[in-house]
Amino acid sequence: MKNISRWLYTAIIMFILWVIFTGKLDSEELIAGVVISLVLALFTYRYFTEKGLLNLTPKKIFCGIIYFPYLIWEMIKANLDVAYRVIHPKLPIKPGIVKIKTNMKSDLGKLLVANSITLTPGTFTLDIKDDTLYIHWINVQTTDTEEASKAISGRFERCLKRFLD
Amino acid sequence: MWNMIFGEILILIGVIFLFLGSLGVFRMPDVYNRLQAGTKCTTLGAFSTIVGVGIIEPSWFLKSLVIAFFLLLTNPVAAHAIGRASYKMGVKLTEKSVVDQYGEEKDE
Repeated sequence: MKNISRWLYTAIIMFILWVIFTGKLDSEELIAGVVISLVLALFTYRYFTEKGLLNLTPKKIFCGIIYFPYLIWEMIKANLDVAYRVIHPKLPIKPGIVKIKTNMKSDLGKLLVANSITLTPGTFTLDIKDDTLYIHWINVQTTDTEEASKAISGRFERCLKRFLD
Repeated sequence: MWNMIFGEILILIGVIFLFLGSLGVFRMPDVYNRLQAGTKCTTLGAFSTIVGVGIIEPSWFLKSLVIAFFLLLTNPVAAHAIGRASYKMGVKLTEKSVVDQYGEEKDE
């Protein structure tokens, strides 16, 4: 039962991608898309998803839609920050590697947290061991694990937790 | 008409960020700080350029959004892999660095 839900979920995502990439809504294209995505999903669902159709509850879709513009906004701030440091003649950086803890349990959650950290102001993820993330921080404000966690990943985790669990 | 102007503004912003990114790669002192400038500026620069092209040519808009989304998902992973690999290769942090908790962990 669970595998069928995983399979259908993968097929739905693939079908949406098919429609976007072909850019047509003819019945022939759509039928070919359904067949191809069902067959491909059969081979790939075990690598693609663990929860299957449970990922498609309205609450999660809503959180995903909220999260995406928020990430873009953080990216713009990150870029202005880096641009300022690059242009400034004295190169005002104070780099270092700190470790932080994450509350995310699933692999997908850790991936999203690590990616978001990389894309936001002054930080990028160097390594992950279990629930510890090693972060290269271009402007170190604190070396304490708790405080650094709050400053770097706190904002994302609040949103991502609702999105994933 | 308006989509032309808006799209070209987006492409211009993207190109400026790409330029700043390459300037950052040139100016920063070590691998990790270069990666900071490299990933952030190239991600947003490429993102904005691709979306700008999509706005100029409306029939490509959804496709370009999907491409930009995949870029957003994969670019940080590449940076993470490069950073981790160079740390394991023994590339030193710059002398300006204040703390290195990753190295401390390993010595224990």
